[in-house]
Amino acid sequence: MTENKNDINRRHFLRSSLWAAGLTGLGAAAGFLSRKTHARNTVWQIDPEICVACGNCATYCVLEESAVKCVHAHAICGYCRICFGFFGPEPADINEAAENQLCPTGAIIRKYMKDDHPYYEYTIDEPLCMGCGKCVLGCNTFGNGSLFLQVRHDRCLNCNECSIAAACPSGAYKRVPADKPYLLKKVDTVRNSETDQTHLSKKEKRMISKKARRFSNGVDSA
Amino acid sequence: MIRFAYIIIGIAVLLLSSGIASGFERFPPPDFESGYVLPSPATPNPRQDIYEYVDTIVLLTALSLSSYLVLKKRRRRFIFVLSVLSLFYFGFWREGCVCPIGAIQNVALSVFDKDYAVPVAVMMFFLLPLVFTLFFGRTFCAAVCPLGGIQDVVLMRPVSVPQWLESGLRLFAYVYLAAAVLFAATGSAFIICRYDPFISFFRLSGNFNMLVLGVCFLFVGLFIGRPYCRFACPYGVILRQLSRISKWRVTITPDDCIKCRLCEDSCPFGAIKIPTEDWPAHDYNKSKRRLAFLIILLPILVLSFGWIGSILRPVTSRVHATVRLADRIYLEETGRAEDTTDASDAFRATGKDIKKLYAEALAIQARFGLGGWLSGGFVGLVIALKLIGMSLRRQRTDYEADRAGCMACGRCFEYCPKEHSKRKQAKETMGGSR
Repeated sequence: MTENKNDINRRHFLRSSLWAAGLTGLGAAAGFLSRKTHARNTVWQIDPEICVACGNCATYCVLEESAVKCVHAHAICGYCRICFGFFGPEPADINEAAENQLCPTGAIIRKYMKDDHPYYEYTIDEPLCMGCGKCVLGCNTFGNGSLFLQVRHDRCLNCNECSIAAACPSGAYKRVPADKPYLLKKVDTVRNSETDQTHLSKKEKRMISKKARRFSNGVDSA
Repeated sequence: MIRFAYIIIGIAVLLLSSGIASGFERFPPPDFESGYVLPSPATPNPRQDIYEYVDTIVLLTALSLSSYLVLKKRRRRFIFVLSVLSLFYFGFWREGCVCPIGAIQNVALSVFDKDYAVPVAVMMFFLLPLVFTLFFGRTFCAAVCPLGGIQDVVLMRPVSVPQWLESGLRLFAYVYLAAAVLFAATGSAFIICRYDPFISFFRLSGNFNMLVLGVCFLFVGLFIGRPYCRFACPYGVILRQLSRISKWRVTITPDDCIKCRLCEDSCPFGAIKIPTEDWPAHDYNKSKRRLAFLIILLPILVLSFGWIGSILRPVTSRVHATVRLADRIYLEETGRAEDTTDASDAFRATGKDIKKLYAEALAIQARFGLGGWLSGGFVGLVIALKLIGMSLRRQRTDYEADRAGCMACGRCFEYCPKEHSKRKQAKETMGGSR
């Protein structure tokens, strides 16, 4: 009987020392982790400079309708009459008819600006956009690259492992601080810095731009 | 005609871009004269950080409440209600992210990657249930975990699983934990999140394969209590060990056990240990020899499983995107693959050095070699310790909840006649004092 009691005591002692060890271990883990934490949460975002517009964003998101949508940086856009993000290859006509459009859901709105002839404004109808990136590819290949994909944080669930990121072929997904949740294309990232343009006067630049536009406008008359 | 125009444009673009300083836009933005204001893209904000702290507070509250209900209140009904509430909050409302099970991977990555930092909320989600388990047993599993909750709700006709099968299947959870830590630590993938069977229920959308897996788990869960928790959950594996040494724990009876055997079949998870019989002498000696053998076997198992883990590195390292990419580029460069993939195209477009990519992939593979030793060795150690544990005999005089396996669901409380008499007594004294 006494032996039995001793046994229990020994076990008791072992258990309580293990318990203390466990508590110390957890404390140490907490201490280590607290040195490696940051108060701000992070969210997923696409780096538009790395994105290759492969189309995985439309299909790999856990949401039925992807959290990724196309975003338009109007400051970079050329407001062209013929937009390579809007028109499919070899369009039958240069107008907004569905068969001419590149976008499978018709999510890009093309509007003629009558006060600013001969320009066209392109805006994204976000509820229709499914993030396939077809327009992004067109705009980046032939145009200014003003269309790009971004994770929309009103939709994103911020999964621990983003399933689009896991399927991204170019590694364009990264975690960014939640207070700066977008990686928007800016004029500076596309346009040259001031110093590189100094050899061109403003007039010259405008001339070149007009030249380019004449090419793009001359398409259907040809 | 249109194609001709495209060619002209193409040439014009090339001419323009070569003629002028590179970096100038192909079609410079117009200078608007009508006072047109450039629209700026809408940037809806993510969920505010404050809600992460709300989640943490809800977790803390749920854990405290669960511990109180399990250890003090001892009512299955309340535990069940809390479990359903947690299922709705952490599951359907918060859509299953972030959960302590997945947080293992964030923690593992932060240990091995010096650039990766865990958000405070994730750290709390990882640590709080561990601390509570160390004090009160697995009260997190009982009524807080949404994955446990959804399985508990569907459990209709529990069938008991034989002990050997239970132990054998549970090995999977250890292997899963080892693999999850390996892949997270090398920055390859978060496989616990990728193969979370119930997440598509919580979000009411998701990958079809995962939905099928979830349905399978729930179907099996109709008859076998909490199959994910018992045989797959990597976090449960950690909680089991902490629960073994917990300060307080679930006791089936609030009093002394009268060995009435009424609770014997009450546990759907096979976590009730029945009193042991006396140990025959010849059996005792045989067991002693077996124990000595197993202790010698332990290092052999650890080393051999570690070795297996390390030689598997060509396979395991392919989970890492860089290794996959390097493999693909190698195939393409040596002419063994004719076409290119999106990934290899994207890599070539960056103009990075292929040799550097190969070196990077080899370095990652080497890390998988070391990781394979560690995680394989861990699995070997678990198997050895399990064998040793099975050849040890404990003396038990009462019906007890298994410290490790008990998920504190509280089903056994209602089976104990002592519990009922105590409740009756409490009621009477309350009535008497009135």
